Amino acid sequence: MKLTIEDIDHIATLARLTLTEEEKSRYAEQLSAVLGYVDMLNEVHTDDVPETCQVTGLENITREDTVIDCDEETKEKLRNQFPDNVGNLLKVKAVFDNA
Amino acid sequence: MNLKELTIAKAAAGLRDKTFSAVELTKATLEHINKRNSNINAYISITDESALEEAKYADSLLASDNAHALTGIPFGVKDAICTKDIRSTGAGKILDNYVPPFNATVIESIRNQGAVLVGKQNCDTFGHGASNENSMYGPVKNPHDETKVAGGSSGGSAAALADGQCIFSIAEDTGGSIRYPASLCGVSGLRPSYGRHSRYGIMPMASSFDTVGAMAHTVEDLALLEEIMAGHDPKDATSVKADVPTYTKEIQKNIKGLTIGIPKEYFEVDGLDPEVAACIEAQREVFTALGCTFKEISLPHTKYAVPTYYILVPSEDSSNMGRLDGIRYGMPQAGDSLYDVYANSRANGFPEEVKRRIMMGTYALSAGYYDAYYKKAQKVRTKIIQDFDEAFQSVDVLMTPTSPFPAFGIGEKNNDILAMYLADILVSPGAVAGIPGLSVNAGFTKAGLPIGMQIMGPRLQEEVVLRVGHQYQIATA
Repeated sequence: MKLTIEDIDHIATLARLTLTEEEKSRYAEQLSAVLGYVDMLNEVHTDDVPETCQVTGLENITREDTVIDCDEETKEKLRNQFPDNVGNLLKVKAVFDNA
Repeated sequence: MNLKELTIAKAAAGLRDKTFSAVELTKATLEHINKRNSNINAYISITDESALEEAKYADSLLASDNAHALTGIPFGVKDAICTKDIRSTGAGKILDNYVPPFNATVIESIRNQGAVLVGKQNCDTFGHGASNENSMYGPVKNPHDETKVAGGSSGGSAAALADGQCIFSIAEDTGGSIRYPASLCGVSGLRPSYGRHSRYGIMPMASSFDTVGAMAHTVEDLALLEEIMAGHDPKDATSVKADVPTYTKEIQKNIKGLTIGIPKEYFEVDGLDPEVAACIEAQREVFTALGCTFKEISLPHTKYAVPTYYILVPSEDSSNMGRLDGIRYGMPQAGDSLYDVYANSRANGFPEEVKRRIMMGTYALSAGYYDAYYKKAQKVRTKIIQDFDEAFQSVDVLMTPTSPFPAFGIGEKNNDILAMYLADILVSPGAVAGIPGLSVNAGFTKAGLPIGMQIMGPRLQEEVVLRVGHQYQIATA
């Protein structure tokens, strides 16, 4: 499987990554090499083999969906992490561009 | 005091007998870190001030006979593990200024036993790497030879310990990140079974692989740390509700009558250094003298572990890295639109290897490729697990080298990503299966580089792995 620059552009868009032209050609080459390598998995017959999604055997571990408040000090520390804010609110760019 | 040889057991005895105080021990450790950090680069943050405060408090507890198991013992933590009110970057510039308002559960457990945090340790950014050359804070150098890598991803944790810059380290292992650097730096490190510990507060990489564990000078120390950290945590739904054995007692039992499996595929890998192979082979005598028998076995899907790993891990990884977008915390970059803020922040805040794995995972999960890559790898994962299950029907533990070769030169494998991925060939199968694995030092090459021996055991049977490691260390001390 040889990835093209167009493939890389598409993956980068999905992955939310701005890439330089140099990175694009490098990743096209490197990811193609990795894909060529992982192709060896096709040697393994797995038709009747179940998939492993997790190794603990735990299923449907749930908890009550309740709001747990935290103290004012912790809230303050969390707000202090905001790169940009208006009062207590996190400021972000508009999500919709027709606003 | 010789910091390089000070185990938890010896340090605790020294504190108890008043050979030195906690403040003296902490000061000596901090001085050593500050002297050595420009060479080894094991720490991203050094917590001088808070460490001395903690040490003073430890001395007051020691004076009033109220000391806990780790009171006054200096330790370091991989920077990809959250520590309350202490900067935790994960070695990624995107989190350069991140200060968590909470402790990871395992850190809470260690702190409750009185250990003194001396700093946050360098690693491959968010755990992405086997050599610690992918850190945005510079590579970690191997204390045994500063031109060589320390191994990764928890290279700072292993190098700091080997160099006497802490008495134990808390790190994490997704595909080998504890065992591999422990091997290259000549210290002991345990990857527990997946689910044995809480992952709460660990910066996630691949959520069905990530484990947290310790590195120490001895397996005896590891048993104590494991006893403190293991157990179910309501904050992590994947942590297992299983009894935690008293590891410190379990390891005292002799290992007479145990059967040790030698998986032939591990000794047939390409690039296995003859010195490494000979050294591990030679350890058989030690175990024979202790009353163990050996059995040659086959784990036929061994060679598929690395390709399985490099589908599943980047896939889970690309999803986990999605939260790092510069919006709620971290270091955003300017952009005209919200999309540009995300894409520019991530471009600037991640190193090359993280971007590469995000790209790989995004591709493997994208429309049209999911079945061919992700689902296929999940099925092969089942086959790898079945290999181990079958092996443990007839053997108690498996013995292998940890790394096919000793520490390699800094920059040596930079241009060949597949060669770098294959460094993990002996540690990734256990990670894929979620079983416990221990690395202990088994000797040195002629050039003086450490050689690690890996002991793997059945899921949730850390006690047998630790017991074999401890009895080995007593026999070879």
